[in-house]
Amino acid sequence: MATRRFSRLKSLGLPLVVVLAVCTLVAWAAHSPVDWRQVRPAGSARTTDFRSPSQPPAEIADAVHAVDGYFESTWKESGRKPAPSADELQVLRRLTLALCGTIPSLEEIRIFESNPAPDRLDQWTNRLLADSRFADYFAERLARSFVGNEMGQVVVFRRDRFSDWLRQQLTKNAPYDETVRQMISGTGLWTDHPATNYVTAAIANGELDENKLAGRTVRAFLGQRIDCAQCHDHPFAEWKQQQFQGLASMFGQATNSLVGIEDRPRRDYVVEDRKTLKKHVVEPAVPFHSEWLPGTGTRRERLAAWITHPDNRRFERATVNRIWGLMFGKAFHSPVDDLPDPPSAADRDLLDLLGADFRAHNCDLRRLIRVIAASRPYRLDSIGEEASVAAKAPAATKSAHSQSTDAADWNKSTEKAASASAADSADAASAADAWTSFPMTRLRPEQLIGAMLQARWVRTIDQNSHLFVRATRFFQENDFVKEYGDLGENELDERTGTISQALLRMNGKIAADALKADPLNASARLSTFAGSDASCLDGCYLVVLSRRPTPAESEYFLHQFADAGPKGRSQVVEDIFWSLFNSPEFSWNH
Amino acid sequence: MADRNVLGNATPAVSRRDVLRAAGALGLSFLLPPLEARAANERGGRRQKSLVTIWLEGGASQLETWDPHPGTKIGGPTKAIATSIAGVQIADTFPAIAAELSTLSVVRSLVSKEGDHERGSYFLKTGYRPDPTLRHPSLGAILVNQLPNSSLVIPQHVAIGSSQWPPRGGFLGDQLDAFRVYDPGRDVPNLKAPVDVARQTRRVSNLEVVSKAFEQGRRMQVEKTLHQHTIERALEMMSSDQLRAFQIEGESRKLRDAYGESNFGRGCLVARRLVEAGVRAVEITLSGFDTHANNFNGHRDNARVLDPALATLVRDLRERDLWQSTVVLVIGEFGRSPAINPLDGRDHWPSGFSCVVGGGGLKSGLVIGATDPEGREKNPKDPVEVADLFATIFKTFGVDGAHEVITPIGRPMAFSSGKPIARLLA
Repeated sequence: MATRRFSRLKSLGLPLVVVLAVCTLVAWAAHSPVDWRQVRPAGSARTTDFRSPSQPPAEIADAVHAVDGYFESTWKESGRKPAPSADELQVLRRLTLALCGTIPSLEEIRIFESNPAPDRLDQWTNRLLADSRFADYFAERLARSFVGNEMGQVVVFRRDRFSDWLRQQLTKNAPYDETVRQMISGTGLWTDHPATNYVTAAIANGELDENKLAGRTVRAFLGQRIDCAQCHDHPFAEWKQQQFQGLASMFGQATNSLVGIEDRPRRDYVVEDRKTLKKHVVEPAVPFHSEWLPGTGTRRERLAAWITHPDNRRFERATVNRIWGLMFGKAFHSPVDDLPDPPSAADRDLLDLLGADFRAHNCDLRRLIRVIAASRPYRLDSIGEEASVAAKAPAATKSAHSQSTDAADWNKSTEKAASASAADSADAASAADAWTSFPMTRLRPEQLIGAMLQARWVRTIDQNSHLFVRATRFFQENDFVKEYGDLGENELDERTGTISQALLRMNGKIAADALKADPLNASARLSTFAGSDASCLDGCYLVVLSRRPTPAESEYFLHQFADAGPKGRSQVVEDIFWSLFNSPEFSWNH
Repeated sequence: MADRNVLGNATPAVSRRDVLRAAGALGLSFLLPPLEARAANERGGRRQKSLVTIWLEGGASQLETWDPHPGTKIGGPTKAIATSIAGVQIADTFPAIAAELSTLSVVRSLVSKEGDHERGSYFLKTGYRPDPTLRHPSLGAILVNQLPNSSLVIPQHVAIGSSQWPPRGGFLGDQLDAFRVYDPGRDVPNLKAPVDVARQTRRVSNLEVVSKAFEQGRRMQVEKTLHQHTIERALEMMSSDQLRAFQIEGESRKLRDAYGESNFGRGCLVARRLVEAGVRAVEITLSGFDTHANNFNGHRDNARVLDPALATLVRDLRERDLWQSTVVLVIGEFGRSPAINPLDGRDHWPSGFSCVVGGGGLKSGLVIGATDPEGREKNPKDPVEVADLFATIFKTFGVDGAHEVITPIGRPMAFSSGKPIARLLA
């Protein structure tokens, strides 16, 4: 009898325990760390109004002041006025996008705003640099600039190992010149010595393509496009084909063997003349300053030393230009990998200024990022229509580009609009060139999906997130990027969106999932827990656009809340989320 | 026109073409099938041309398709059959195409230096080998760029099927990237608003308010993004009748069966409808040709899908009087090795592979080039460069292949670096 009662207890009790456990877990997962009452209602003062610009942290102060001074004098010379300072949340968004590939979560915004320190943006920069998301994301962006986007020959190129190695280098803040030297001259199997993937990425049709490596190396690390010189003397610049071949010959002894990448010291680099088809041996040579080549070492080691030589200004200039580009979305000098010759000592420009600081501090990437983030141009608003100087002619590349696309418009009205605002956009373009306002640049696909996914949750998606959240993010991100289209190697080129992308954003499943009123979504939480309509609206804006609504927007949307009543609230919130996701503000960095 | 075609089937006394022409002439265009009236009216040689590319992904073996060598060591078990071109045989797994072959031409001597899938696909889609300094536009993207159809709100460059490297706009712009259709005949994804009309209207009005707030002080920059313009075009497309070109419910059961109930078969039917609606370039991908193992079974399975679909497409285009204005190109990134490997497979072979091309005013019934039946000679007879093939297609479209465009890096680039093949041009 006792056993029967016990077994009945078991058959009743066990499911009950399971149900209770599930309820507890769900409740715990659904617990929001954000106290809705603490989200400030619309109409309250902007957080940075009338706050004086903060002083940068002591250890980077000199560099930041030098950069600010440089811009102040160029602005004064050209008679341009800089835009007003951006709202701190706007800068927060820029930083999170550039360093972590996503937008700040509501949780992060609350933590940030609850810090009263005047240098809280600098503190937040440090916080982001220490976050593992920075290493993950930045490693991928750097990998793209080193080996492009192609998958290479699968067996010999392991992109995942390469990114992973870069991530480790970033995490321990290894000196950048050392990282570069390892990539150029590393030996060994690409799985154990992942730096060699830099070389194996250039294996095509079973053979190492020295020309590709030479071109890529000079582009990525010296900021010069010499690829034209592969086939003939460069039409615009001073590069000769012979110089290109000399550089390619530097990679001429690298081979892929059973033990991975190694250098065969007795191998000659032979080139076939394209016209005469005669073959001749090309000796390794560098196009300038051969005195920077060390006497000993393999060809690749010598090349690596030459590229990172302390006197080789092109190295730090190219690096600064690229990091500036990754932070701002637009390189200081476009194209990012084709810089003009370094100016003379009297005409040192920003790249030299930051470059010298970079070198003086042992090629510290993190420091460079912190200096850029603390500089005045980085803190300016993106409003830019106060051109008080006549518009400069747009750069040659820009006009050439528009020439090649003018027949591409499917709709005549686009052409009309483009020509009408051509003069004005040239004006705005030159404002952006002078860095008097923060440039508006399109988000990369992974930044867009990162932002959409983060905007779905109230908490930050990071190492500590539930496995479920991170797994969802991983799969959705890959699907979305596949459909959205990868921007490719030249990620800092200006591109407009396509109709397919617009359709994906408006009607796609990921977008729909992100905004629907399902219990764990931000939209549902806001609509259920946010208390007043005003604080709910604020929450929506903060989650998606990292700002509070303007008075005009508040008035418009609060009407909708009032008309819909408590029952229709979740739909109102969904529709607000939709319009925020599809606004230009969301898809662009500004 | 003969009263009986090569298979002995009688052609109808009054063809569909005549009915269409009559209906158009008598102002009875409302009786015509529900397609864009303007596109339906123009037929025959005066109609603006379209390109249909059938992409055989993975690299189709020339020996198991258009260039068999039965009875030789390299030929393997593949048998050949006669075609409607006298003295020319193709693999026996393609009986329907064999009957239609006289309206097409075969090139058996394409040469390439790219044996890698990604690089080979790039080369065979753009006519240029991969270049680190810029991204070339695909053949279809160039045609759309040079011959835009301003009456279309649906995309003019479409890629059907799941291709790993779909055709891109390259330096001509992302807006020329092919619009992807993964599941042809079913609803095109992302074209329907997930909410009712009232909510959709509210959403769009919301968007205007939010955009306006952002534009304060940034009007020119926001306009330059073309963000609003792109959204408007997308909304236009979502509500357009032209979307019916993507649906196949209106087609007869008999025709749908003729194309085949496969993703590829439906894709070819959708391609025909898109061409009829005035779409400039359509690519349909059939994968599974990368047969490093089990080559013969793999190709036989694919032939079962490719043969009826391609033959029906050719016939369908002809019957609707679209053949003179549609170039059909059947091609892959490379061919497969004459030597059969131990896994009963064939490996990559870019030095001497085949394609089939026809329609659009090109010469038919030609066979260009030949490969060595013994498989000893690596290079084919009468080699044809890929760039020359593309130049030929440009020529028949009336596009100047030698026209140079200044690319964003300042480098001039011609649409094609080759010369048209005079023999293929009528």
